[in-house]
Amino acid sequence: MSRTIGDVILDLQNISLRFGGVKALTDISFDVREHEIRAIIGPNGAGKSSMLNVINGVYHPQEGTIIFRGQERKKMEPHQAATQGIARTFQNIALFKGMSVLDNLMTGRLTLMKSHFFEHALWMGRAKKEELEHRKKVEEVIDFLEIQHIRKTPVSRLPYGLQKRVELGRALAAEPSMLLLDEPMAGMNVEEKQDMCRFILDVNDQMGTTIVLIEHDMGVVMDISDRVVVLDYGKKIGDGVPEDVKNNPEVIKAYLGAGH
Amino acid sequence: MSQETAVGIFDGTQTFPRLLFHHAKVRGAAPAIREKDLGIWQTWSWADVAERVRALACGLAALGFQRGEHLAIIGDNRPHLYMMMSAAQCLGGVPVPLYQDAVAAEMLFVFQDAGIRFVAVEDQEQVDKLLEIHEQIPQLQHIIYDDPRGMRHYNQPFLHDIHELMEMGRIHNRNHPDFLDAEVAQGQSDDVSVMLYTSGTTGQPKGVCQSHGAFIAAARGSMEMDKLDPSGDILSYLPMAWVGDHLFSFAQALVVGFTINCPESSDTVTTDLREIGPTYYFAPPRVFESLLTSIMIRMEDAGAIKRRMFHYFLGIAKRCGADLLDGKPVSFGDRVLYGLGNLLVYGPLRNVLGMSRIRVAYTAGAAIGPDLFRFYRSIGINLKQFYGQTEACAYVCLQPNRAIKFDSVGPPAPRVEIKIADNGEVLVKGPMLLKEYYQRPNDTAESLTAEGYFLTGDAGFLDADGHLKIIDRAKDVGKLANGAMFAPNYIENKLKFFQHIKEAVCFGHERSMVCAFINIDMGAVGNWAERRNIPYSGYTDLAGKPEVCELIRECVEQVNAALTEEAMVADSQIHRFLVLHKELDPDDDELTRTRKVRRNFVAKKYAVLIDALYSGKPSQFITTEVKFEDGRRGQVSADLKIIDAKTFPTVQKAA
Repeated sequence: MSRTIGDVILDLQNISLRFGGVKALTDISFDVREHEIRAIIGPNGAGKSSMLNVINGVYHPQEGTIIFRGQERKKMEPHQAATQGIARTFQNIALFKGMSVLDNLMTGRLTLMKSHFFEHALWMGRAKKEELEHRKKVEEVIDFLEIQHIRKTPVSRLPYGLQKRVELGRALAAEPSMLLLDEPMAGMNVEEKQDMCRFILDVNDQMGTTIVLIEHDMGVVMDISDRVVVLDYGKKIGDGVPEDVKNNPEVIKAYLGAGH
Repeated sequence: MSQETAVGIFDGTQTFPRLLFHHAKVRGAAPAIREKDLGIWQTWSWADVAERVRALACGLAALGFQRGEHLAIIGDNRPHLYMMMSAAQCLGGVPVPLYQDAVAAEMLFVFQDAGIRFVAVEDQEQVDKLLEIHEQIPQLQHIIYDDPRGMRHYNQPFLHDIHELMEMGRIHNRNHPDFLDAEVAQGQSDDVSVMLYTSGTTGQPKGVCQSHGAFIAAARGSMEMDKLDPSGDILSYLPMAWVGDHLFSFAQALVVGFTINCPESSDTVTTDLREIGPTYYFAPPRVFESLLTSIMIRMEDAGAIKRRMFHYFLGIAKRCGADLLDGKPVSFGDRVLYGLGNLLVYGPLRNVLGMSRIRVAYTAGAAIGPDLFRFYRSIGINLKQFYGQTEACAYVCLQPNRAIKFDSVGPPAPRVEIKIADNGEVLVKGPMLLKEYYQRPNDTAESLTAEGYFLTGDAGFLDADGHLKIIDRAKDVGKLANGAMFAPNYIENKLKFFQHIKEAVCFGHERSMVCAFINIDMGAVGNWAERRNIPYSGYTDLAGKPEVCELIRECVEQVNAALTEEAMVADSQIHRFLVLHKELDPDDDELTRTRKVRRNFVAKKYAVLIDALYSGKPSQFITTEVKFEDGRRGQVSADLKIIDAKTFPTVQKAA
């Protein structure tokens, strides 16, 4: 493999997140290195999605520091995360159902558009040239994900597995340097999972994108991730390469119950 | 001027490379190949194609490609793969296209048989297959791939990006500017131009060696009959290894000079068809059938007014559409109604199908249902049938314009002679016949009669007008226990004309009655079941539903009724049948890659079911192993009901 894992680009230190009295995350620290595939696993309600939302700027932790590319950030909104090159997909598909695949992917380019609203509305100035450039990039994503045949199909008419792929496409259209995937393979059949794994690996390998993913399919996680962090009840109970995590007694306990 | 030159040069000494460079000279700027890439149709002119072919040929020569050598070609219809064919021919080599969906083990045979050293493939998927069998084919030296995606980490020295090959060739061409022209000039018309492997319904596939002259003669014949001209467009989407695609997308394109269009991917063919609007189109009957099925399903969802209009005008079209196309007399009233229908229904329908610009459409490969055939002709699409084998460049019979008979494949094509042997087998002779089977002199000798006729292996007869009518494969035609003729294909085709039946296999040779296996059509039957609120979980479940069995029984009984009207086959009515629990599949060796039933294999594999059919059992349990596309294996099992169909007394017609 020519892909080399680089320095730490995202460092989360002692993150705690509370909703009133509910402690979603307690004192969690881990880091993400450039070009790696980092998995977050844990039983239901462990705080995985909350963690992703913290990285993404949707939630603001009460305690702890987040250092992204050497800069500490205190409060950040999701759109700022997007402009910094962080894109994500959602556990429940969050596409524009009535719009075509192509249009959905074009929305992924939004943060990269420079021309003004009125220029677009009146189709003047830079708008046309810019649209062509963005369309080209989107077409490359379509080609990459092999979804040419549904380019003009409204998203609501697509089967679930394809919608997931389109959502990945929209995230890729933003040309992110870091991609957050929230259960990209939930509810898929074996073949769709295989495809999705291949796409994730290809994205990571060919575009050098750093990937943070939440996934329940242990086979998939152990196969494709470089390092895995394990959460349970909002606490970190394991962190390391898949092999270590697999043999960690705490992890086994959390997954299989205390009796084992 | 260009057109006359194109026709004037057929002096019997032509080769495909010379035709290519001829087109590059006389119509250099005209489009030769289009391909949809990144959502946009990209065009290569004849001059572009000639330049690339030159570069590729020189590149191949630089790698050590020899005159007479084979170049395997594996992939979807990609412009560069067509160019590779030409490049090999420029050097006097022989392209050997393979079916791109074949698994590695199936390709192994061809690689060993043809002693292939060079192969051009589409993408990583095909490269992976070759690496899988690489150790078994030590002679393989160079793999050239078109699409670099995913190939970054492959560092084997024998892998070459096609663009690197082209660059290498361009340098070679600069250093030896006269090299390629001299190579092309050495080519002779009776050199082998391509080797196509027969699908192998029986035994191992055989490599059919066809000369430049043979394919040029075949292409020229169809050009003259259908008045093809360089302004045409064709969509090239059928496997390159199939003789039909080689005739239409390669030979005819080079002889006539029309444009070939490569779809974006195999999933986008319908959309691409609509965008290109080809003038010339080929599809096997099942494609026409699935198009019609999808229209009918969509029309059922349309509003009441539209639906009534649609059916009213289809009625008009049925009454007079085909006659109008054939130029037969039609009453003034019907002409007016048809004109109105054309405006409101047929025109938009042709547009939706992507067939607005069609001048000629062809179908072949299997029998087409008369209703289906009539439907397309009645809405103004000049759909015709042809007949021919790989060994005859798919060029034996063509239906001429204005003299279409639904149940025949037409009179012999220009310069083709047909004779019927005493046993009913069709014999053909003409310039399009094969040069030989590769390294099989015995097979070559056996396939030809002393007078040079090729034994097609099909049973048929010429009717009063000299049109050829095909009954079945000669070797499949058997006898029932009472001595009556049994032509399984003939009956199966009648069954397959029903949209709910995808495949059928009939048995009856040396038996007292005819029994059948039926495969339902998942799309059509699934839709039918949904409309009746019949829940089902998958193919096996759907196939076992009593309602479905009842539906199929009705179809079978209609076939039985129809068979009574034809004295020759009246005894072949189907007495008992069952609906198979799995689809017959080429991956399980039940069908050939061209989707023809391998009858003997199926009979052996499902012997227990045949016994059950003939022993009068009401049902039979069976477990079958299936191979999935990713190579895994699984099992399906079901308790199959055996159903008795009503048979009808034979109607004795006065002679």
